[in-house]
Amino acid sequence: MIGLALKGVSKRFGTSLVLDDVSLEVGASELLVVLGPSGCGKSTLLRAIAGLESIDSGAIEIEGERVDHLTPGKRGVAMVFQSYALYPHMTVRENISFGLVNVGVATAEIDRRIADVSRMLEMEPLLNRLPAELSGGQRQRVAIGRAIVKDPRVFMFDEPLSNLDAALRSRTRHEIANLHRRIKRTMVFVTHDQTEAMTLADRIVVMNQQRIEQIGTPSEVYNHPATLFVATFVGSPAMNTLAVTRVAAAETLQRVRLADGTQIDTLVPTSALPSEGPLRIGLRPESVKLCAPGEGLTNATVEFAEFMGDKTHVYLALASEDRIVAVDGASFTARVGETLGIKFDAAGTHLFDAEGRNCRRFS
Amino acid sequence: MRVWSAAAGEARSGMLFVAPYLMVFSILLVFPLFSGMWLSLHKADLFGGSQFIGWENYTRLFRDPVFLKSVRNTGYFVVLTVPALAIIGLGLALALNNRSRRSAILRGLFFSSSVLSVTIVTLIWRMVLIPDGGLIAGVMKSIGMAPIPFLSSAHLALPALAMVTVWWCIGLPMMLFLAALQQVPADLYEAAALDNAGWWRTLLSITLPSIRRTAVVVVVIEIILQFQLFGQAQIMTLGGPNNASLPIVLFIYQVGFQRWDIGYAAAASEILFCIILAAAMTQFFAARGRRRG
Repeated sequence: MIGLALKGVSKRFGTSLVLDDVSLEVGASELLVVLGPSGCGKSTLLRAIAGLESIDSGAIEIEGERVDHLTPGKRGVAMVFQSYALYPHMTVRENISFGLVNVGVATAEIDRRIADVSRMLEMEPLLNRLPAELSGGQRQRVAIGRAIVKDPRVFMFDEPLSNLDAALRSRTRHEIANLHRRIKRTMVFVTHDQTEAMTLADRIVVMNQQRIEQIGTPSEVYNHPATLFVATFVGSPAMNTLAVTRVAAAETLQRVRLADGTQIDTLVPTSALPSEGPLRIGLRPESVKLCAPGEGLTNATVEFAEFMGDKTHVYLALASEDRIVAVDGASFTARVGETLGIKFDAAGTHLFDAEGRNCRRFS
Repeated sequence: MRVWSAAAGEARSGMLFVAPYLMVFSILLVFPLFSGMWLSLHKADLFGGSQFIGWENYTRLFRDPVFLKSVRNTGYFVVLTVPALAIIGLGLALALNNRSRRSAILRGLFFSSSVLSVTIVTLIWRMVLIPDGGLIAGVMKSIGMAPIPFLSSAHLALPALAMVTVWWCIGLPMMLFLAALQQVPADLYEAAALDNAGWWRTLLSITLPSIRRTAVVVVVIEIILQFQLFGQAQIMTLGGPNNASLPIVLFIYQVGFQRWDIGYAAAASEILFCIILAAAMTQFFAARGRRRG
């Protein structure tokens, strides 16, 4: 069953287009993460689903029912805001029950729901406190509790972890994942942080410049990026992309040449490529292997190495002034200025055309 | 040692900056305050010669029917104006708290009356209120009603002054409330919308609690200001008819600068000071007490 559907949704603010013909479907108990850089339209998308922004064209449906003409309170959705948006002069109990009181839920039922949610989120000692007396993590839990208690059809999270410190962010991420497993509702989670996206999502929607670039599982988005933007946005360090030219040959799989003349075999059929136009090769740092100079496809000079504890990010410069990043083990010892050989794992190569589309077909 | 003298040096230069204002403050405010208290214990006039009489001025005031009438008038005036200024000011702020051009123009318009002097305000309102050719009289005549002599009616003179004052002073409360409303985070209203809160519920549960501190400030400021009603009464009604619109400050003015009984006037002004202090502090502490632990 479809929990949430957007069909051709567009929106403008004055003359600026903020959502450009966005269509997607979210399954009934799916956790969909909308990932993208600042200004890509992801928060506007979330607010449009919630009814906090109107849309200029298209339709929004929740469980098959069209909702884009309804007020926010009537859509059966709940939202956890980035700044939590707790009512500052109401206690935690009053904050959580405010929505239920407004729709006339019986007091006994309200008390039961508050007891359940405060047990689930371990908030029982906090019920009589004001938001100003809570820590950031506690406020986060109250905001989530306020959403749960309304029993909505769709949960929405607008960058809820941005205001938390790193340790708390990690813990809260696990709590949200547990919450999703427990209550099994449609959830839409907006973030610019790819770690949150990769760890929480059933599927990820990658947005850029008001459009959807790709919808897929975390594995699909990481291993089979549909566009150059997705390839370079997801993954840290970012995927290496270098300008290449075609090597005319009889093989069915395309071979390309870097600026310094190095030839690389790819797994992209020549038939999948446009007959002309510039190409860029994409290689994740883990597809770039280091070896002794002269033993690889080409040589490169070490510019910088970042020791991460379990691995090392090595920043190298090719003879053509192109720069690439490789991932090596924790025992990497080469110094800055040293020359190393590099090999490329063909299974990890992608080719992007002039429009940034990935020409590699995945079955 | 070095830290201590650095701090002392900073304190010295701080005092130098504050000294000019402190001097003016002391000469023009602190000294007259205590000098007035001392004067109120004397029988004195402006031509020299004062005699210490202790509390006699005060006992005389509490037996003076004109003074007591002026206290009742002023209290009534404050009750008429302060709630009106707070409620209408809040209403205008709520209505005009948006980015449209029309609201910007209206905000300027409603504030513009505050920059006028009392002479201009009273001149304008005379032309509105007088029964002989005034604006309201004209409207009433056109619908077949007899014109009302607002300023010469014992029952209507003070309410008329209150109406003039609210028109004149509405700018400040409106601006203070506007500033407070703009401090309320927008996502509170969005959360309330998602919580199915209607307009009235949002006003009562979100907006008003969020601007409570400003509301207290507005009420306290207006109590202090309106207890000092003078210009409108002096120019429009001279405190009449028959002291029906005589406020305390006009009483002080008449006693001090027309009858030259400045000790008596000083005593009346000390009583006014105490009334304002009590009213403002009561409001302040009542508002503080209502806030949750």
